[in-house]
This record gives sequence, structure tokens and C-alpha cells, in this order.
Amino acid sequence: MPHKTFFWFFFPSGLAMLLFIGLPIISSFFQSLHIEPEQILMEVEKCDPFGCKTETKVDIEATTKLQEEQPLGRFNGLGTYGDRNHLAFEEIKEAWGNSSSMSEFIDILLNLPFYKALLFTLTFCFAVTPPVVVLGFIVALSINTLTKSLKGPTIFGVILPMIVTPLIGSLVLFWMIDAKGILGATIQYLFDDPNLSLKSSSQLTWITLIIYGIWHNTPFAFVVFYAALQTVPQDPIEAAIIDGASRYERVRHIVIPHLYPVATFIILICLMDNFRVLEPIIGFAAEGVAQSLSWMIYNDLRSENKMLFGSAGATSMLTIIGVAFLLTPVLIRTWREFRTER
Amino acid sequence: MESKINRYSKQLILINSLFIIIWLVVSVFPFIWTFWGSFKVKADFFSRADWMFAVTGVNTLIETGDTSTVKAYVESWTEGEFWKATLNTIIITISVVTISLFLGTLGAYALSRSTYKYTFWILIAALIFRAMPHITLVSGYLFPFFQLNVWGILPTTIIVLVAINQPFTLWLLYSFFKTVPKELDESALIDGCSYFQAFRYVIMPVMWPGVITAGLFSMMLAYNDFTVTSLLLNQQNYTMVPKINAYLGTIEHSGNYMWAVSSVVSATAPLFMIIMFFQRQLISGLTAGAVKG
Repeated sequence: MPHKTFFWFFFPSGLAMLLFIGLPIISSFFQSLHIEPEQILMEVEKCDPFGCKTETKVDIEATTKLQEEQPLGRFNGLGTYGDRNHLAFEEIKEAWGNSSSMSEFIDILLNLPFYKALLFTLTFCFAVTPPVVVLGFIVALSINTLTKSLKGPTIFGVILPMIVTPLIGSLVLFWMIDAKGILGATIQYLFDDPNLSLKSSSQLTWITLIIYGIWHNTPFAFVVFYAALQTVPQDPIEAAIIDGASRYERVRHIVIPHLYPVATFIILICLMDNFRVLEPIIGFAAEGVAQSLSWMIYNDLRSENKMLFGSAGATSMLTIIGVAFLLTPVLIRTWREFRTER
Repeated sequence: MESKINRYSKQLILINSLFIIIWLVVSVFPFIWTFWGSFKVKADFFSRADWMFAVTGVNTLIETGDTSTVKAYVESWTEGEFWKATLNTIIITISVVTISLFLGTLGAYALSRSTYKYTFWILIAALIFRAMPHITLVSGYLFPFFQLNVWGILPTTIIVLVAINQPFTLWLLYSFFKTVPKELDESALIDGCSYFQAFRYVIMPVMWPGVITAGLFSMMLAYNDFTVTSLLLNQQNYTMVPKINAYLGTIEHSGNYMWAVSSVVSATAPLFMIIMFFQRQLISGLTAGAVKG
């Protein structure tokens, strides 16, 4: 295809991506270099029959004027990246000097908002992915043995948790796990503790969120494994049967090696998708004990009159760096595939 | 030809069936429970006394005179203006699917037919774009959109969702176009068609399965989106998902928690029906990127 034809075919799609994915990243970076203007204060003398008092008040007129002149705020360089809500260099230095033991230092470190969110995000990613891969594989193996007429409806039932949006999915589970819902009440009954609630401690909330993550992501792993199972070559399996291999041995030595590349694909996609975890935290109303990087950005942006563009931009940039780390293996894989194709 | 040894033993079949049944319950039961509970009052669905109340509807009987009620549905659709959210969702979903497919098929066709090296770099760039968390993009949109005065309205959100959706659509359609033999459009070109004519009259008619799959994914993205719609639309223009979140959060609706429950059912039911119909396409799309052959 000549360059010119290619250009016109690709132009609309490319323009959309450039304007609404490429530019926002740059715009985010630009915002992160600025900080909201400070409010201008003025002293007002207020007099009443009992005497005069001076009060400090926000000079609304001057503040609005300043905001109009500099809508993005004043230039702050990389200052936002180092402040308490992001990388917190000073706080870390101080904690390093003052804390007597390593555990105390780590304690202080993990109470800083950014590191707290990073810890949750990574814990969520790495706790959800392995069970998802294992469960997805087992479900795919089981459903593969069903008779054809049963397969369709079963697959439909199994993929439901993946189809609904995470917010709705987490709400549906949350209402059951609530102390007054069916699961919550059953758990209280089983442990004989009327005050036990999955919301009561941060560990239990984290576990609930992780269980939700597994519930939501397993169908994806199942679908991909199921499709890959259809491509397993039959000849080696027949040969193994003739040689007297048990079913377990056949799965272990023929099916699993065949599925390795698919498993890495699932792991990478799972890590990348879970790195942006946001909706479950809102659905489970877990903001108090579990914040993710995405949630930090969301929190900076959600109030309509006072959005912290600078802070959100800085967290976005740091998140993108995190995504880049997770993305590298995917890119290498794609690169190899392309080279073998040509 | 199934050999005798390959048949499953009775034990295995039993364990297998048991596992599938348990897993089906885990996947499906929460939705059945919510569906059933949406016809009860709050005192039953979140019963402090006994969760069996949610099944039998004791308080519902006391409050409304029947064991199930559609009160929450009626109120959320009228008073809660869920009809408006539904309408917005329909407008956004249809527009996003149409525009995405139009841009996506053109772009992916070009990518699959060009032999130059830059197609590879474009696909890699698309992959990187696909990995960007949506919230980081939204943080980049808000400020410029406020300045340009285009924040809060539906068209902005539609364009943003189309763009966010492009990388995945391109990859999916690219892999589908690759399966259509090149000879097909080459012969059309020899017969005097332009590239666009070959695309329109020769390739598109055999591409329907791929287009339906890509459309299904665009639909799910637009219908399910929360991050973009909740931050880029103003309250009057909310779609279903942010609307449900709004029912939960604000104080004025605190007594109407059941609005959220019934709205969840209202929002999920059409989606499930569509997926039931197009299940095969959905699965073929999910696996297109993962499995060769």
C-alpha cells in the first residue's frame, strides 16, 4: 500500500489517539510542574460597639484575579513530586535519621500517602494474579470435559463476573458481605462473633478486595485458557495414552507445557489491568484503609470546585512509570512475535 | 475416535461436576441474590435480624402489603431520574460503537495491508497507549477541557471514549484483517478498484464476524465506563454507572439505598442479554490476541 493511501486510511484513528491519549500525557506532565496559587490574605478591621478587632480574611477579588491570570497556578518545577503527598523526600530523610530501628522506619514510610497507595496497589496486583491463573486453568480443564450441550450455558454463567463493570461487581459482592447481608451474617454465625465484620479491620478489607479481584479476573483467564486448550495437539496425547500415561501425567507433561506462553500473556495482562485498580475501592467503600495510586488521582480530581491538577498530574506521571515497568515484558514479547512472523 | 482409556473415570466426573457447580454458584449467585433482593425493602435486603428476611420479605409485607415490591424501581426511574442516565448511556454507547468501528476498520485495514516497517511501530505505540490507566488520561483532560469550555457535555465524552478505545479496536481488527487473504483485494485492485472501493466492496462483506466482535468490545467499554464518565460529565449528564455511584454517596438519597440496588439490576440486565446473544463473538475476540491459529 502506498504511503499516501496508508496515511489517509490511518489518519482519523491516529489523530484521535494522538489528541486524546498522546496529548493528555504531555498535558498531565505540564500540570504536574505547576501548583495551585495560594489564596491571598488580607487584614480587615471589624468594628462593633464593643471595640475593634482585626481579622485575616481571604481576599476573594485578588485571588480570583490571580486565578484568571494564571489558571494553572504558579510554576513549581519538580517540587510537587517531592512533597509529602508524593515521593516525600524530606519526610524519608527525617524518618531515616530519627527512627531507631528498620521496622520503625518502614512503619513511617508506609504511612506516607504515596507509599501506602503503592503498597496496596502492588499487593493487590501480586496477590490476585497467581490464584487467577491457577483457578482459570482448572475451570477451563473442567469445562472442557463437559458435553457440548452443557458447555454453552456453563460458559455464559462463568463469564458473568467479567462482563459487569467493576463498580457494579464490587457493589453486588459488598451488599452480600455487609454485616447485614447473607454472607456477612453467615460468617458472623460461623465464627460466633456478632461484631465480626469484613469492614472492621484493614487486613480483612484488603482480603475482601483481593477476593473480589480474583472473582472478577478469573473468567478472563478461563476464556483464554479454554481457547488455548482447543489447540493442544492430539497426536502426542494419543501416543501418551498408548504408552500408559495417566490423565494427570498427560496434563502435567503435554498440556501445561503447551499453555506456558498463554499463561505468561494472562499474567502480564492481569498485572497491567490490576495496577489501575480504582472502582472496587469505591464500591467496597474502602477508601479509609485501602488507597491505590489511581484512587489518589481520582481523589484529587473529584471535587468540582477545588481540583488539585498539579498533585494529580504528578501522581499520574509516577503511575505511568510504574506501568512502564510492567509493560516492558509485554513489549519484548510482541517484538519477538513480530520478528518470527516476518 | 475416543479410546477406552481416555474415557473419564466415575470419580473424576463426580469431582469435576462438583467443582463446576460450585464455581457456577460463586459466579452467578451474587447476581441472582441482588435481583431477588431488589424487589424487597431495605429492612429486608440488609436485615439486621435474620438474612432469611431477604428471601421471605417479612418487612416488605409489613411496609407495602405484599412480599415483593417494585417501589425502588419506580422511584429510581422517575424521582431519581434514572431514565435520563439510561438515555445518556444509550446515546454514548451507540455513538462510541459507530465511530470506533468506522475509524478502527479503516485504520486496521491500512495496518494489515501495508508492508512498511512503520506499521510495526504504530502497533507498538497502540499497545503502550492501551496500557495507560484511564485515570491518568483523565487528569490530563480536565484542565484543557475547562479552559476550552467543553467539560461536562456528552460529545466530549464520546470522542474521549472513542480515542481510548482505538488501540484495542485496532489490534483486534488488525488480527482479523490478517486472516483475510491478500489475494482478495489484490484482484480487486487489478480489476480497477481504488483502495477504498476494494476495502468497501470486497473486504468489508467478509469481515462481519470481526466487526461484530470489535463492536461488542466497544459497547462494553462505553457502557461500563466509570472513570471517564464520572469525571468528565456534569451531574445532569451522568450515565448509568456514575449515577449508581451518586445514589450511594449523597446524603439526600441516603434513605433510598434500594435505588442503587434496583438500578444495578436495571443496568446489568440488558448487558447480560446482549452477551447471551453474542457470547461466541466475545470469546473469539478475547482469544484473538492470545492464541495463534
